Amino acid sequence: MKKSGRKLIMDAKGVDRVISRITHEILEKNKGAEDIALVGICSGGVPLSRIIQKKIQSIEGVEVPAGYVDITLYRDDLSRAGYQPRLKRTEIPFSIDNKKVVLVDDVLFTGRTIRAAMDALIDFGRPMNIQLAVLIDRGHRELPIRADYVGRNVPTARNETIEAVVEGKPGEWKVMLKESTPGKGE
Amino acid sequence: MIRMDWRRKHVLGLADFSTEEIEFVVDTARSMEEVLTRDIKKVPALRGKTVVNLFFEASTRTRTSFEIAGKRLSADVVNFTSTSSSVAKGETLLDTARNIDAMKPNIIVMRHPASGASHFLSRHVSCSVINAGDGSNEHPTQGLLDLFSILKAKGKIKGLKISIIGDILHSRVVRSNLHSLGRMGADLWLCGPSTLLPREMARSGANLTNDIREAVRDADVVMMLRIQLERQKTAYFPSIREYSRTYGLNRGIFSLAKKDAVIMHPGPINRGVELSDELADSAQSIILNQVETGVAIRMALLYLLAGGHNAAH
Repeated sequence: MKKSGRKLIMDAKGVDRVISRITHEILEKNKGAEDIALVGICSGGVPLSRIIQKKIQSIEGVEVPAGYVDITLYRDDLSRAGYQPRLKRTEIPFSIDNKKVVLVDDVLFTGRTIRAAMDALIDFGRPMNIQLAVLIDRGHRELPIRADYVGRNVPTARNETIEAVVEGKPGEWKVMLKESTPGKGE
Repeated sequence: MIRMDWRRKHVLGLADFSTEEIEFVVDTARSMEEVLTRDIKKVPALRGKTVVNLFFEASTRTRTSFEIAGKRLSADVVNFTSTSSSVAKGETLLDTARNIDAMKPNIIVMRHPASGASHFLSRHVSCSVINAGDGSNEHPTQGLLDLFSILKAKGKIKGLKISIIGDILHSRVVRSNLHSLGRMGADLWLCGPSTLLPREMARSGANLTNDIREAVRDADVVMMLRIQLERQKTAYFPSIREYSRTYGLNRGIFSLAKKDAVIMHPGPINRGVELSDELADSAQSIILNQVETGVAIRMALLYLLAGGHNAAH
């Protein structure tokens, strides 16, 4: 890989296969789609959660409830950031009480986003359990958090970033590893 | 979506707000509204931050609204009211402000009877200042919540005929609304007796009229104002009864407005003076929606001002 270059980690077919496997693992572990609810983390996890929702529908024939959560108001670095980050939207239009909630994100990094997302979820109700599905686990955890479903483990350096594209036409989906772009976290 | 960073330390008035900033606040408030629909209406964003409500004038709505907004964001909210503080013992505004600043709050929310008081305060304290109404100058959070309420009811501001009727002269709400609604392209009409309708207001681009029928005809939004007797030192009209007959809104006059027109009022209402009971409680009244929207707008501003730029506290 060249300096400050980009490396393709997964092409469109690869991304699609990996999401299919994650979907099957979710259904296998939970013995079907009953009581499952999907919550995508803004912004990267939202399109991914929609794809999983569609795949569950094509396999099991049911539409599981899906929502999304913005974790900005739960961040642990709010007063450290220079300026307040712009808020995104949260929409969980169903009760999560006694649901098996699968949190969905594109990249798992320090784990701080997941901690914030779990705190947010618990303000909405008391789920039966919370599970975590990610497309890429890039390591460097700072909290005792692990994913239940991982698309691919990608060893990274801290100054590298992962860019996952799972929006738009399926033929354009991809995951890239970018070198030395500091700043962007998970 | 607008790309910008929030760089403002104080919110003293809407006179120098850009349209991008107004849209940024409204967008942030939309996210805050969702928080208010949850079972647990509280997020930890402002944990460890202190908000001081410094009120030198009577207020229920605005003070409570700021207090609830702060608490929903997990800030510690402290209320100072002039009647039960050292102000009653003769302390100056500057001394009061310096003392409160020494206690290291992050944001002071102030209401004061003197125009310009919050600008003065902002020059003498190190924390952020939000103007919750200064004399007859500005009431920026009301201006923003009015704009957001109209957006929610009508989906747009541009091109709407919005008429504000009543004591224009003493109204800080009007001055803030001229900036916010005017900037967003509303067709603004101001109406009242000549003694309460300063000619200079026309400079903002608003239309002035003494005829309530002209103001209400084909209006999309009719905003009624209270007669601010506490700010009136001379007689501006012969009697409340006569004022009410000429400038009060009732079914007959409101029927001149568009079919889907809405009625607004910044409160407190003097029922039977500027607004009939029947209309105040009608389906076209969005007066209580304004109050609800106010909490979201104030949460948005508290969140935006509590950012890292004054994290030294």
